[in-house]
Amino acid sequence: MEKRFIYMDNAATTPVRREVLDAMLPYFTEKFGNPSSIYGISGETKKAIADAREIIAGTIGTAPENIYFTAGGSESDNWAVKATAEAYAEKGKHIITTKIEHHALLHTCEYLEKRGYEVTYLDVDENGLVDVEALERAIRPDTILISVMFANNEIGTIEPVAEIGRVAKEHGVLFHTDAVQAYTQVPIDVDAMNIDMLSVSGHKINGPKGIGFLYIRRGVKIRSFVHGGAQERHRRAGTENVPGIVGMARAAQLAVAEMEERTARETAVRDHLIERIEREIPYARLNGDRVKRLPNNVNFSFQFIEGESMLIMLDGKGVCASSGSACTSGSLDPSHVLLAIGLPHEIAHGSLRLTISGETTMEDADFVVDHLKEIVERLRSMSPLYEDFVKKQQK
Amino acid sequence: MYSEKVMDHFQNPRNVGEIENASGVGTVGNAKCGDIMRMYLDIDENQVIRECKFKTFGCGAAVATSSMATELVKGKTIYEALQITNQAVMEALDGLPPVKVHCSLLAEEAIHAALWDYAEKNNIKIEGLEKPKNDISEGEEEEEY
Repeated sequence: MEKRFIYMDNAATTPVRREVLDAMLPYFTEKFGNPSSIYGISGETKKAIADAREIIAGTIGTAPENIYFTAGGSESDNWAVKATAEAYAEKGKHIITTKIEHHALLHTCEYLEKRGYEVTYLDVDENGLVDVEALERAIRPDTILISVMFANNEIGTIEPVAEIGRVAKEHGVLFHTDAVQAYTQVPIDVDAMNIDMLSVSGHKINGPKGIGFLYIRRGVKIRSFVHGGAQERHRRAGTENVPGIVGMARAAQLAVAEMEERTARETAVRDHLIERIEREIPYARLNGDRVKRLPNNVNFSFQFIEGESMLIMLDGKGVCASSGSACTSGSLDPSHVLLAIGLPHEIAHGSLRLTISGETTMEDADFVVDHLKEIVERLRSMSPLYEDFVKKQQK
Repeated sequence: MYSEKVMDHFQNPRNVGEIENASGVGTVGNAKCGDIMRMYLDIDENQVIRECKFKTFGCGAAVATSSMATELVKGKTIYEALQITNQAVMEALDGLPPVKVHCSLLAEEAIHAALWDYAEKNNIKIEGLEKPKNDISEGEEEEEY
């Protein structure tokens, strides 16, 4: 089989679409004016930002003034949690989140814990789902914020966001959701879902890197994150990343317009991958919920082997993928998400995440599974864990 | 991230497998940390290592260091094999990324564990060989930021 280039790591980042790049390019050169200035070319950039804000607002069913541009998903998460914690400290210092959040959220919570805040990290079930009743029981009079991700970046599980929003509203607690993976993959309506704050990143949706936004519902008290000029209604100072803003808006516009058709295609390829792997590779476990699942996410654990080895071998075949193994994280512990869904360490080390795009074909999927089969078999033949397992079976 | 030698030993590992009725077998590491190495030694009556095989569960560096370690011990006496350090394994591989240094420690320990097993089976004492830990974990300090 010939070598190809198959990119199945779209949850890590995506390429910028041609249409997006074309929309951005003029804002690097001729339309470079500072939006805060008063001359002609600045009017153009100011309008470009206003248009972008309107487009973005429309994708989540809100008004443009509730959209604040940031440098990406991590900044949005940091801002939402830290600034809310500070603004509502008089009401209380208790935050509820989950064990499967992105590190941008978890490490922010740990930072706050060291500064006198109390954080409840909710368990999830074996498919990664949050129990809404348990969440409701965790709410206390001093709870100021609930932050639960819209969909998980590793295992693709989509959380019951609308239900969580309803519970949060009933108890008068603010609700933030990290929608970095879910945005443009599933429909989002911040009003219907009672979402008070929502984080998004541009580069996950075929937009540029270094840009994102935080939606903040009108009326939410939230402090400035970057102090300085009057940009973003005084809440996030600094000259706007105009090409980034324009690019993200164009990417969002295209992604939302094509969502239904694209996700139908992705779902078919996803299910084909899952079906073939389950049928053809023994001792494999699908991680994440089978139904409440992002259309582009496939995550398996393969017993007796380690993830990084799999990735290097897939890379040798031109396939880009990722793993929750410790060796890919720079620590000795495997992914906190896989541990939270109850996987033992050694099985968590053998995980593989394939995140496809609208461009991924059935042929690509078949190519990956064909090679994956060989790779898993080869690594198992080298594994002392597999040797022990086989000997035990023989007894 | 890896040197060409590491990639070569990962993609074409030398001496993968088992030795039946091996003179010594050592298993080190733990699945929790994501690395387990098992080394098999076939040692002749002159205490020379005739054959060495391995099986490893672990990352690219773990496989490569296992493979290199088997190459280094083959043909050596048990005392020469005992002198092989993780540093020597790393140097033979043209270096490892800092986060992977523990893999080379594991390779050194695997040799020691197999030699220990050989010594126990033959009821001899190998001067300078200490009972190996069967669990390698580093006490990494957490940094606050």
